[in-house]
Amino acid sequence: MKEYKTIKDVAGPLVFVEKTDPVGYGDLVSIRLSNGLLKNGQVLDTSEDLVVVQVFEGTSGIGKEAMVKFLGDTIKLPVSEDMLGRILNGAGKPIDNGPEIIPEKKIDIIGAAINPYARQQPADFIQTGISTIDCTNTLVRGQKLPIFSGSGLPHNEIALQIARQAKVLGAEEKFVVVFAAMGITNEEAQYFMADFERTGALQRSVVFLNLANDPAVERLVTPRMALTAAEYLAFEKDMHVLVILTDMTNYCESLREIGAAREEIPGRRGYPGYMYTDLAMIYERAGIIKGKRGSITQIPILTMPGDDITHPIADLTGYITEGQIVLSRELHRKGIYPPIDVLPSLSRLMNLGIGPKKTREDHKNVSDQLYANYAEGRDLRGLVAIVGEEALSERDRRLLKSAEEFETKFVQQNRLEDRAITDTLGIGWNLFGPIPKQELTRISPELKEKFYKEAKQVAK
Amino acid sequence: MKDVNKVGKLIRIAGPVVVATGIDAEMYDLVRIGREKLMGEVIEIQNDKIIIQVYEDTSGIKPGEPVYNTGKSLSVELGPGLLTSIYDGIQRPLPVLRDQMGDFILRGVDASGLDQKKKWDFKATAKKGDSVKTGSFLGEVEETQGNMHKIMVPFGVSGKLTEINSGKFTVNDIIGYVEDANKKTHELKLKQYWPVRLPRPVAKKLMPNMPLITGQRVFDSLFTLAKGGVAAIPGPFGAGKTVSQQQLAKWCDAEIIVYIGCGERGNEMTEVLTEFPHLTDPKTGKPLMNRTVLIANTSNMPVAAREASVYTGITIAEYYRDMGYDVALMADSTSRWAEAMREISSRLEEMPGEEGYPAYLSTKLAQFYERAGRVQPLGTKKEGSVTVIGAVSPPGGDFSEPVTQNTLRVTKTFWALDAKLAQRRHFPSINWLTSYSLYLDTLEPWFADNVAPDWRQLTGDCMKILQQEEKLLEIVQLVGSDALPEKEQLTLDAARLIREFLLQQNAYHEIDTFISLQKTRLIMKTILQYYQQAQSALEHGVRVQKLLEIKSKTEIGNAKFNKDFEGILNGAQKKMEAEIRALG
Repeated sequence: MKEYKTIKDVAGPLVFVEKTDPVGYGDLVSIRLSNGLLKNGQVLDTSEDLVVVQVFEGTSGIGKEAMVKFLGDTIKLPVSEDMLGRILNGAGKPIDNGPEIIPEKKIDIIGAAINPYARQQPADFIQTGISTIDCTNTLVRGQKLPIFSGSGLPHNEIALQIARQAKVLGAEEKFVVVFAAMGITNEEAQYFMADFERTGALQRSVVFLNLANDPAVERLVTPRMALTAAEYLAFEKDMHVLVILTDMTNYCESLREIGAAREEIPGRRGYPGYMYTDLAMIYERAGIIKGKRGSITQIPILTMPGDDITHPIADLTGYITEGQIVLSRELHRKGIYPPIDVLPSLSRLMNLGIGPKKTREDHKNVSDQLYANYAEGRDLRGLVAIVGEEALSERDRRLLKSAEEFETKFVQQNRLEDRAITDTLGIGWNLFGPIPKQELTRISPELKEKFYKEAKQVAK
Repeated sequence: MKDVNKVGKLIRIAGPVVVATGIDAEMYDLVRIGREKLMGEVIEIQNDKIIIQVYEDTSGIKPGEPVYNTGKSLSVELGPGLLTSIYDGIQRPLPVLRDQMGDFILRGVDASGLDQKKKWDFKATAKKGDSVKTGSFLGEVEETQGNMHKIMVPFGVSGKLTEINSGKFTVNDIIGYVEDANKKTHELKLKQYWPVRLPRPVAKKLMPNMPLITGQRVFDSLFTLAKGGVAAIPGPFGAGKTVSQQQLAKWCDAEIIVYIGCGERGNEMTEVLTEFPHLTDPKTGKPLMNRTVLIANTSNMPVAAREASVYTGITIAEYYRDMGYDVALMADSTSRWAEAMREISSRLEEMPGEEGYPAYLSTKLAQFYERAGRVQPLGTKKEGSVTVIGAVSPPGGDFSEPVTQNTLRVTKTFWALDAKLAQRRHFPSINWLTSYSLYLDTLEPWFADNVAPDWRQLTGDCMKILQQEEKLLEIVQLVGSDALPEKEQLTLDAARLIREFLLQQNAYHEIDTFISLQKTRLIMKTILQYYQQAQSALEHGVRVQKLLEIKSKTEIGNAKFNKDFEGILNGAQKKMEAEIRALG
């Protein structure tokens, strides 16, 4: 294989190479520095006279003396079942001092789109043990449901709690967790690893770590590596895989960095115009395929810059994923864990996973009624600030109190508390107890008949 | 025609946009890229450089690989077999792709839009010696049970029919010949081609004069859409846009449905693909799929094919319109389409317009929506129509962004989905204050003739109450509802009834999911009658608190979920009247 010593420019994470033989788009590149160090990259743009290479480990130390070799192949991840229990770096190399992984095969990390016709519609309720998810924003196997967080909010704890507690009722097998960290701090990584080890979850996990001080460009391949591993485990080894990607905001920053280095015309807030397609190629790698036993459920985490849900990263993510779990700083300040704000949260696949035989016949009604009461109660708080509580009608006062109780009894739970869905629904009914029957307009008469009396008694 | 150079070579590859030289090409020519012959389309010509957007992934393609020009532009195959099909953005049937390459979409696979082997039973209606022209009906094929597919003379062909045969044919068999004025003979087949970017010609465009009945109360009553009209549904994410569109596809009274999932979520597309085949057509009792064409291009499928998908869809819609059918086309979402245009434009390094969208965005949107309409087709007296319902997904729910704004300039019905309403579980979450329809007056005669003369009056009254409520709520925000005059407290109560019993509808309830115009009217009438009677009781000194507590009001709600709505609503009217009288 030819080596070229024809580097023309080096700019940011990019290297421009001249006078090469034809090079394939997306091909892997190896660059040997003058001090013998090797770096890897990928072809971003190829033409007869100039090839643009993005270097994963950063371009420091690359000069005109460096030798460039085009490997004639796209980036592939070596996979095998032995990956379970292992910790890899952002580029897929083991960093846990364990033995090399002997690959069963190598898979292209870009991944192809699942033919929509080959997809199986998700239908299995996942019990996470967290009421605000299980009851009001239900996670379904094969779904991609991101957590929209902000800096300083406990998204990592929630992600871990989900990873620890997630199970499909009636199914014995536990989820295999593929965890991809992009640009998180060493401290956060330690926190995750400690929890994985303490709970024994590591044995059924594959961990990809790209830390804050690792090269930013490497972050662009980390989620793709993780999802390639997940697809292998799910669709070739029949496992149910839960993929946690954190933090997608760092990923998008890297995407912007590359775009700027290539002098592309920027889109909204400087992010490249193709960010939607790029994110879709990550998030869409979740789901179930007809005739395959495994599945991929995805929980990406992103921190919204300035808690702004209209920020391009959150916005585009919301358009691709099937809902979102939104964390609230206000609830967090009130000391409520998990600080999940149900009002802007949503699970688009919820209706597929709930109801009789799946959870319980009153699930949808209870969820709708909780939403309606809480939304109205929250609005009333604004009113109280102006006119005082005395000016409210009796109904309004009830709703106000109900909203308060919703937060302290329904939302609030212990970090280790694994609530069964029936318990969660029970708490919901208890909140309805003090409310007159006819005001529960979202609940069908038959269900009120069945559940309301007991709730009323508990309220007394 | 001069010799054209059909084979050139690639000189640059950067994602979905590639550059070739040494080839003669015209704009929008279909080309084949590289040794794997990936499909692409010429989108720019710079001197001897030809810029091509590729519909498939370009990884591993090298400069120097060959490029072939097919000399044709991107076209769809039109003929029997379209209905019940599930296509990707460039009319490749997804089930066929799955058979050929497995569960994932790989590249370099070709598949025709129509089944080339299936034999169709063709019954000729035209006779030998007839003089025919573009669009004339030659005969028909029962494409799916009860749906007659008219076989038409293809574009540019006219003259005398020298031969026409009934019998069993594949789409490639010759069914007859036409001899034109120059004595040239043209073969006739069951199929024809049409370039997707070109609107199919019509004899005349007509004014819309009848509604598209959707069975969704809020659309039918307050924000009516005309057949041949254009509606935009903008909705911030989480506002229930997809459910609304699917409800419309299931229930609206068009004869043919074309559903384009453009940049959609994979799982949601699957929901459409798995649900549609199980749906029965409320009118015929047959599967709804029998009159549906689905186009699915998920967000992670190649961006150029996403750009093409809306054109593929509307061309198919126009084809059925030309047979004299009413077609409804749903595009979810045109924002994804606009973003695909932006993405390709930025790869071409074009000068960006607003928010990075290309400067030609508004032209392209207008051109697309202009393909909707009620028309007089070329070959038949029967009118046909294409109604377009385009979803828009404004980033951050901001309606001032370019795609929404440019769409609003050309659409006459606006169904504004509101995330706040969705959060309160008010579905369909159509904001009644920001939505509008400009067809209400145009369609008034139709409603008067076909439903009841008081229709326009009732919808107008409901709207008025809702408008009043908005103003009153501002005051309530400040002083609380008890401080309002009694008359206005009653208005708030009426508005609540309208919101809960007219506007809200449960898509998942077997009865409430589709509501006839008569039922919608009776619900409106019952609420308004209560309001009137209560108002007059108020004038006669009855306290508002008593009126607010009237129990039989809730029965209006029960009617939503019951087949015998007339009995319940008439009963409710009587009971409410009696209760009010008892108070006075």
